[in-house]
Amino acid sequence: MIIAEQKKLSEITALLGDASKVLVIGCGTCVTVCFAGGSREAAILAASLRMSTQLAGNGKQVADVTVQRQCEWEYLDQIAEQVKEADILLSLGCGIGVQAIAEHFPDKWVVPGLNTSFLGLPVEQGIWSERCAACGDCILGLTGGICPIARCSKSLLNGPCGGSEAGHCEVSKDIPCAWQLIYDRLSSLGKVEMLYELQPPKNWQKARDGGPRKITREDLLLGEKED
Amino acid sequence: MSDSSSANHPPLSILAYCCEHCAYAAADLAGSLRMQYPPNIRIVRLPCTGKIDVLIILQALEDGADGVMVAGCLPGDCHFLEGNVNAKRRVKHIRNLLGEIGLEPERVRMYQLSSAMAGEFVRISEEMTREIEKLGPNPLKKNQR
Repeated sequence: MIIAEQKKLSEITALLGDASKVLVIGCGTCVTVCFAGGSREAAILAASLRMSTQLAGNGKQVADVTVQRQCEWEYLDQIAEQVKEADILLSLGCGIGVQAIAEHFPDKWVVPGLNTSFLGLPVEQGIWSERCAACGDCILGLTGGICPIARCSKSLLNGPCGGSEAGHCEVSKDIPCAWQLIYDRLSSLGKVEMLYELQPPKNWQKARDGGPRKITREDLLLGEKED
Repeated sequence: MSDSSSANHPPLSILAYCCEHCAYAAADLAGSLRMQYPPNIRIVRLPCTGKIDVLIILQALEDGADGVMVAGCLPGDCHFLEGNVNAKRRVKHIRNLLGEIGLEPERVRMYQLSSAMAGEFVRISEEMTREIEKLGPNPLKKNQR
C-alpha cells in the first residue's frame, strides 16, 4: 500500500492561510490502513485545527469527510456539495488523492495534509517499511521475492556492495542489506546458483526516468474510440 | 465544592476515564469507605484503558473539559495484558499533540493504581484537581467565550 505520514500541525496551518471554512478530506484506502489519513485521522486533525485556531484567536470552521478512495472520480462526486461550501480543501490522501481533488474540483484550492512516503507494508503494528519502488519492470522473480531496487540503498542489480556489514547496510544499522537477504533466502531455498547469472543494466525508461507514465488497456475502454 | 467554584468561572470539570478492573473499583471503594474526593471529577467507566483513543480525549477538551485523567491498572496487572501500556503511549502522544495545538499538555494525565487503592484514587483526584486549578479553566470552554 501507499504509506504516508501527517505533516506537522504548524505546516498545515500555514498552508491553510486565512481561509475560514476548511474541509478536511480523508481517504478510506491506503492511508486509512497506515493510520495517516482515514476518517479517524481526519476527525482528529479537524478537531486539532478548530482548537488551535480558536486558541490563536482566528477560529476556523473545520469539517471533515472521508471518501472510500480519493483517487477515483466516482467517490469524489459524492462530496461535491461539501466541497462547494468550503473555502479550502485539506486532503489527507496521498499525493494522488490531492491531485485528483485538484483535477476534479478545478475552482477549489486544495492543500496536502500528508507527506506521501513510499510503497510498503506494516512489518508490525506502528512500523512501516518500504518494499516497492514502482520501477515498471519487476525483477522479483530473479531475487527470491526481495526487491533490490527498493530495499538496497544503491538499487544494485548484482550486489552486495562493500558497504554490506554483518547483514546491514552502511547507510544505517536499521536497514538490512537487501542483497544479504536475497542471498540468505536463495540459499535456504537451494537456489543460490541463480546469483551466478549477471544482470545487465536495467532499463530505467520504464521507471520515472522515462517521464510520467501512463497505461492504456484497450480491452477495458468504454464506448467507441477512434483509432 | 473546591475553591474552583468560588472564582468567577464555573466549577472545573475533570473527566476521569477509569478502567473498570482497577481505578473504577478503587473509586467505588473510596465511596464505600466514605472517603471524600473532589466533586470536579466525572468518572467514565472503560472496560480497559486500552480502549482510550486520542479522538475521545481531544473531543472532551474541545467540548470544554478542563482536564482529562486516564486511570488504569498497575504495570503488569492489565486484565487484557497490555491495555494500560498502550494507553500510556497514547496519553504521551496526545500530550505532544496538545503542545502543537497550543493547549497545556498537563491537562491530560495518566495514573496507574489497583482496585484496592481507594486512598490512592482520592490522592490522584486531589492532585489532578490541584494541577488543573493551577492551569485555570480550559480556554476553549464555550461559555467562557
